Amino acid sequence: MIEWLIHLAVELLQTCRDILPIAATIIGFQLWVIRRPIANPKKTLIGFFYVLLGIVVFLEGLDMALFPLGSLMASQLTAPEFLGIDPVNQSVSWLTYFWVYVFAASIGFATALAEPALLAVAIKVEQISGGTIRAWGLRISVAVGVAVGLALGTFRIVTGLDLAFFIIAGYVIIVIQTYFAPKMIIGLAYDSGGVTTSMVTVPLVTALGLGLAEAIPGRNPLLDGFGLIAFASLFPVIAVLGYAQIAQWLSRNSTSSNP
Amino acid sequence: MPLSKNPFIRQLYRRFLDFYTSLRHRLMDNPFIRQLFSSFLDLVPILAVVIIFQVFVIQLPIPDVSDLIIGTLLVVLGLTLFVQGLEQSLFPLGESMAHAFARKGSLFWLLAFAFCLGFSAAIAEPALIAVAEKAANIAAAGGLIDQTDAAKDSYALGLRITVALSIGFAILVGIFRILRGWPVYYPVFFGFGCVAIMTPFAPAEIIGIAYDSGAIATSTITVPLVTALGVGLATAIKGRNPVTDGFGLIVFAVLMPMIFVMAYGMFI
Repeated sequence: MIEWLIHLAVELLQTCRDILPIAATIIGFQLWVIRRPIANPKKTLIGFFYVLLGIVVFLEGLDMALFPLGSLMASQLTAPEFLGIDPVNQSVSWLTYFWVYVFAASIGFATALAEPALLAVAIKVEQISGGTIRAWGLRISVAVGVAVGLALGTFRIVTGLDLAFFIIAGYVIIVIQTYFAPKMIIGLAYDSGGVTTSMVTVPLVTALGLGLAEAIPGRNPLLDGFGLIAFASLFPVIAVLGYAQIAQWLSRNSTSSNP
Repeated sequence: MPLSKNPFIRQLYRRFLDFYTSLRHRLMDNPFIRQLFSSFLDLVPILAVVIIFQVFVIQLPIPDVSDLIIGTLLVVLGLTLFVQGLEQSLFPLGESMAHAFARKGSLFWLLAFAFCLGFSAAIAEPALIAVAEKAANIAAAGGLIDQTDAAKDSYALGLRITVALSIGFAILVGIFRILRGWPVYYPVFFGFGCVAIMTPFAPAEIIGIAYDSGAIATSTITVPLVTALGVGLATAIKGRNPVTDGFGLIVFAVLMPMIFVMAYGMFI
């Protein structure tokens, strides 16, 4: 019990250090540059305390649940008994790990579809496009983007191909799409990549990638374990630009065919 | 007589409905419980996919179920406290300040605020804290740094400070772009070019975490504050459209850490 209390106190102190800069920035600029008193100091202070406590409890929960869950899924889905292969036999085709790709894609699709930040962006896009881009269509295309991204990312970990090759190929696609995409949508589309990677998705996906790199013969967590989040933040951009392009093209076609 | 016509059953059903509605209203009026519910909803898709896979594909019992359940409850509680706290301290202050700076017109203080906001928000991001610790463990296990707690802590902190500096710098450049009215893709394409040029020269061990770090750091604290700053500024300046000019800050905050962390890997 004592040990646990000491552990908690250390964590609280460390987290104090982490939120000190943001508190100093907000309060410092408010008092010295804008020169206005803080409207509700007591409520603000309690709020900061909640943030502090929230981070400590959240990190504790990550270590107990989300990180182990990601590694567990990685090890179970790559276990030789599950795959029905002989572990000594090294020549395993990438298709053997079929369920890994399906799992990564399902996690990506489900979390992106349920992401509240994405819902807000989708509604905004529907408004500015005057209804040619539907909020639901956009959400589904982002979810498909994240799903494809994560499946490709796990495929890369399984095969050990170069991460930079995939990401830079993605950049080339985005540069080409930007040239054709409706100008209104570009800023929002670019930002959609950062929006889909939430506080609960990141730890699970990171643990999944590291677990896969540990479990698959010939892979090294140091070299191959990271990179899934990069896929998950790149592919939504391509999906949103692509969907906006198709939606614009469809609405133009329908207006020209029914004058 | 059918059951649904029975007056007693109907009365009972109506009572139940009244009770349920009043309970729901009472619970949902409490912001803490509403937040608890929405934090739980954030976890539902993950839990659903994992459970479906466990039951239908893997068909093995999950080890340490009690730890997983307690951990999940802690994640929900932590997330609730965190978001609740942000909404009554940082977000209202930060958003009103973003609007105030956008209107004030002092270029120096605006850029200084942009940098400090980006830097300090990234330092406080819980996902970055957790993943940086993970990366330090992996680096120690792989022999990149010493196997001591001090070496791991300094590696994790170094990584987070690098990411935070780059996000501060990214917001500064993004604000400058909005002021100048440049199209959003100029600096983005420049960033793409930098990433492509630097990758072959960066050590292979750093590339994965470098590519991930930007997207990890743009999360619960950074995105709302930075978006408020961008949209506020684009609304305040004549001739700027909040939608075409106000967005596009997050993408720099995703790109810039890739460049900075690769540089960190080269010099460490």
